[in-house]
Amino acid sequence: MSESEERKPVEVLRTPVVLDYTYSAGQSSSRHLRAFGKGKLLGQRCPVDGRVYFPSRGSCPQHGVPIEGEPVELPDRGTIVTYSVNRVPSENIDLELPYAAIQVLLDGADTILFHVLGESSIDDVHMGMRVEAVWKPEEEWDDSVANIRYFRPTGEPDTPFDQYKEHI
Amino acid sequence: MPDVTHSLTAAHQLAYTYKRSLGPVLGRFFTGLRDKQIHGVRRADGKVFVPPREYDPETGDAMEEMVAVADAGVVVSWAWVKEPRPSQPLAKPFAYALIRLDDADTPLLHAVDAGSEAAMSTGMRVKARWIDEPAGAITDIACFEPG
Ligand SMILES: [Zn+2]
Repeated sequence: MSESEERKPVEVLRTPVVLDYTYSAGQSSSRHLRAFGKGKLLGQRCPVDGRVYFPSRGSCPQHGVPIEGEPVELPDRGTIVTYSVNRVPSENIDLELPYAAIQVLLDGADTILFHVLGESSIDDVHMGMRVEAVWKPEEEWDDSVANIRYFRPTGEPDTPFDQYKEHI
Repeated sequence: MPDVTHSLTAAHQLAYTYKRSLGPVLGRFFTGLRDKQIHGVRRADGKVFVPPREYDPETGDAMEEMVAVADAGVVVSWAWVKEPRPSQPLAKPFAYALIRLDDADTPLLHAVDAGSEAAMSTGMRVKARWIDEPAGAITDIACFEPG
């Protein structure tokens, strides 16, 4: 830095705000995340109307009741109910840009899972598209949703709109 | 049936990388710190505000006459910090103090490295300890120390 640059008046002040949290997942999300660590997708059923929540937060937001029954194991495939195209890189997603961020309704679930779509072009992604999970190699698994690297199209016929319209 | 496994936890950092534009009055204050000088702003009646304010808190009039003040003064109020947190000015116990510098009429908030709580008192004299390579920030003053 030259002498004249050094002597420029100070015009800007950096004032970063950094908040360090320890996030506690709680009983229900911990069980869900540990299941991911074993390659399983666990939902839970509302005792009032039988809707299957995935992931389960341990209570039903609609009926205000605890969900304490046996977990419901779900398959790692489902239907894209909606999506958006992402053109901004993100530190923890290793897909090439642009890619689709998707909401997946797993078969047998009544709530949607946020994930990303791989092995597909953004020109092909659409509502009703059938997808399946692509897992990381097992030795890289952690208690994390990130054990699923992405979803990819299965090539099955689309799910009819009427079958998922309640879940968008 | 609640199970007895412990909850998973994970570190989560939320950070905002703010920058603020200083404007002429605070800009002069921070530029002065880089030269190991503390500046205040003088009101028409002679009252000197340190740190400088852009507007008279009583009338709202703009103030812009910058004046250098001493880097030593008197503690007018203080609180002892027994267990400093990582982002605080000193890693060992210290006092946060309001310090009225000589030539100034309002107090500046900074840290005092007094060694112990017993060594702190209202009315004590302190002087600035500057860092070796000031950059134009309030942290150019590492802290104040008795003397
Ligand atoms: Zn319910």
